[in-house]
Amino acid sequence: MTDKMDISFTVNGETRSIRVEPRRTLADALREDCGLTGTHLGCEHGVCGACTVLLDGKPVRSCLMFAVQTEGAQLRTVEGLAEGGKLHPLQQAFWDNHGLQCGFCTPGFLMLAAGILENNPDIGEAELREALSSNLCRCTGYQNILKSVLAAAAEMRKWPRSADR
Amino acid sequence: MRWVGRRLPRYEDPVLLRGDGRYVADLARGARIMRFVRSPVARGRILGIKAPPGTQLITAADLGDVKPMCPRLLRPDYVPIAQPILAGERVTHVGEPIAVVIADTAAAAEDLAEQVEVEIEAETPVVDFDQALAPGAPLVHGAAANNTVIDASIETGDIAPAFASAQQIVEFTFESRRQSAMPLEARGAVAAFDPATGRVTLTASTQSPHIMRTGIADLLGMPESDLRVIAPDVGGGFGQKTALIPEYVVAVWAARQFGCTVAWIEDRLENLTASAHSRDQRLTLRGAFDSAGKLLAVDADSLCNIGAYSIYPITCGVEPLMAMTELPGPYALGAYRVRGRAVTTNTCPMAPYRGVSRPVITTAIERLMDCAAERLGLDPLEIRRRNLIAAFPHTSPTGLVHDGGTYREAMEMAATLVDVAGFRARQQAARAEGRYLGIGFSVFSERTGYGTPVFSARKMEITPGFERVELAMDPSGFVEARIGASPHGQGLKTTLAQLLADELGVTPDTIRVIAGDTDRTPYGWGTFASRAAVIAGGACKLAAVKLRERLNEVAAQTLEAAVADIEINDGRAAVRGTDLGIAVPQLARAAYHESHRFPAIVETGLSAVATYDPAGTFSNACHVAIVEVDTATGQIAIERFVIVEDAGVLLNPTIVEGQIHGGVAQGIANALYEEVVYDEGGNILTGSLADYLVPTMAEIPDLEIHHLETITDASITGVKGVGEGGAIGAPAAILNAVSDALSPFGIGIFEMPITPQRILQLLREHRGPPQ
Repeated sequence: MTDKMDISFTVNGETRSIRVEPRRTLADALREDCGLTGTHLGCEHGVCGACTVLLDGKPVRSCLMFAVQTEGAQLRTVEGLAEGGKLHPLQQAFWDNHGLQCGFCTPGFLMLAAGILENNPDIGEAELREALSSNLCRCTGYQNILKSVLAAAAEMRKWPRSADR
Repeated sequence: MRWVGRRLPRYEDPVLLRGDGRYVADLARGARIMRFVRSPVARGRILGIKAPPGTQLITAADLGDVKPMCPRLLRPDYVPIAQPILAGERVTHVGEPIAVVIADTAAAAEDLAEQVEVEIEAETPVVDFDQALAPGAPLVHGAAANNTVIDASIETGDIAPAFASAQQIVEFTFESRRQSAMPLEARGAVAAFDPATGRVTLTASTQSPHIMRTGIADLLGMPESDLRVIAPDVGGGFGQKTALIPEYVVAVWAARQFGCTVAWIEDRLENLTASAHSRDQRLTLRGAFDSAGKLLAVDADSLCNIGAYSIYPITCGVEPLMAMTELPGPYALGAYRVRGRAVTTNTCPMAPYRGVSRPVITTAIERLMDCAAERLGLDPLEIRRRNLIAAFPHTSPTGLVHDGGTYREAMEMAATLVDVAGFRARQQAARAEGRYLGIGFSVFSERTGYGTPVFSARKMEITPGFERVELAMDPSGFVEARIGASPHGQGLKTTLAQLLADELGVTPDTIRVIAGDTDRTPYGWGTFASRAAVIAGGACKLAAVKLRERLNEVAAQTLEAAVADIEINDGRAAVRGTDLGIAVPQLARAAYHESHRFPAIVETGLSAVATYDPAGTFSNACHVAIVEVDTATGQIAIERFVIVEDAGVLLNPTIVEGQIHGGVAQGIANALYEEVVYDEGGNILTGSLADYLVPTMAEIPDLEIHHLETITDASITGVKGVGEGGAIGAPAAILNAVSDALSPFGIGIFEMPITPQRILQLLREHRGPPQ
């Protein structure tokens, strides 16, 4: 269990090769081995969703995966959302709509929402509420998170549909 | 341009949105990792501790003369309880730290901790009120007879005649189960020893860095100046992170002892089982009403299960004393008697949690009003109209002075918004279809922004209260406001920048609010008790007035005008009625680099210090919930939730509404979902978020918020504070609504959380279908 393994994956467009114990979670690998501490750990048992990242475009709980399961995968974390100085529409919408307070759950919500909206920017409010109930927030009461994601969805619907994002 | 009142996006946000925030776990890289070995039993005697050879193990014996935590209330009925930093002889609750292992990585530390064998002779614990108060019950602490560490009473007015003359006496026992503040970021600490200075820097997820420093330095017997405490980005606190905890003390001790950097990052199991809980109260209430529904007297007995220890610095008095003092709420009554007890048990200690006691007492008193209304055939609104305080200032039976508020106005506005008559018609129609809708009101006050005048009455050995600010404009014309308060998600850096911008005549983007670092900020008490905007904000205003005078001096001399003719707006000083002016940064440059020209400010430069220590004020609100109860499943759905809130001047309405949103969500959680459950052995059955049910977006409805604005002299900025109101008011609205929905069955709700299982149980107990 403590013999280390070599793995490679792509994080935010950059190839990373790391050597980890098989038991190392993806969250720990991102935080400790890649230095990407924007991915947060709120429970480490798959309930709170603060550690949500995109794995090949789909939201996953990085605390529930082993890093070695992601060999060759394309990963995206909160650090990869903004394009240089320009915030992702979700980040901008969370800022505009007070979608965060302490900010600890925010990276997880941003990545969850990015996964949802990039697959289906036309998602209806009821379905969106259901999907966003995957993650926990303790500060906002969720209302402004929903408002933020709806605002971002409106913006993202303007994107070219064929864009490979 | 005026900045106060604007919905300015927060300055705090971009960093957090990019994932560049720095929470304590993000700062632990390179540190050696501490893992605590905790008691698996609730009560017992430690017989031995064994670790594999070579383990870096710390036990109570290693800590030597490190003192136990023992906060005091200077009251004759208070029994001080000493809490060891590591349990040496006895354990008193599951999760109590017994030993620490230190390793290079978290995984290695966890592996090692699992190999530490602690032999404990287990004893039968006391877990709940009934066990703790039973005659002959085992004592949690030898010094605390009857397991009671506070036993206080208040009696004002003539209770006996009031009850003798009453038309209706309403009596019930209300119980709030134990809950957890559950900040999404658990706690944690990184303690770094600097061999060059001999100092330790403790970076901790705390709401109160200065008091952490005082507490730790006292316990370790070191000068405070050798310890720096930093609160980095903090992922929520809600009161839990006001407490000094053994883990922080051990971290600083280990950093000094081993001359290294150590880190402890709490996991969720530790946070749910071994951090601090709240709200474990049983309140027996009797209310005497006359035939017109006027509340004549209240007689109450409040029990608070404070767990195994008294939390530092606020003590275990926080819940029982608040319950006693504030139970009458916004109602006028002639006579009041209350007995309040803090009961110690073999459970996790209590810390403040958003609302402290008031979610429980507000729910109890609001249930009392609805029960009395039903008995007397009055409308729930009408009975409140007849009892709400309406003349201000109002002095409560316990001597609290309510400044102006809008108790009745908020209720009437809320009633209009929800259209009570229309709802009643809908409710009748729904009942005919076998659907059960209910409406519930909650009218309450939120005591906010109080300093030492209030805390000193609580007779705390450590009396919190004032806030201080150091304000300085640097030569570039930027302003630093260094505050003792310590925000952790509230957006205080933005709101204070708005306030200071108006007071100084500059733009908020030229203001940096510095908080959460004992090296950089003046002594202060932190952010809790709906106090930071009121008290730190008040201090900012007082300091800004002084700094502005200094800027006026420099401007007047530079522009060759009278001080009285200077006005500063939007970062420019001008001579009133002329086009003569100068940019503030140029004034700043001159004040520093040509200081010989400005003898009037030679002593202070462009800086000012001020302290604010008010007696406090009261925000108020009315919450209305409309719910539907599914009598087949016991599920409760919230159809609508309306809030009419009066928090005085709103520095930033969006941020105020965010506080209400979050508070109400926690209030709904208290009413319907969250419960820390112990078994009879004192083991926690709710040690994960799969068991401790924090609501998601699917459970929390959109809230409708409306504002009223009472301008008060009790706060020099007019700001009333709004951090806790949502959590205080929401449970009462929900429980009254559920009781209203189930009234055809003769069911009233007197406990929370009111889970589907309990609803079904109540339905089973009450015979037959509705008539």
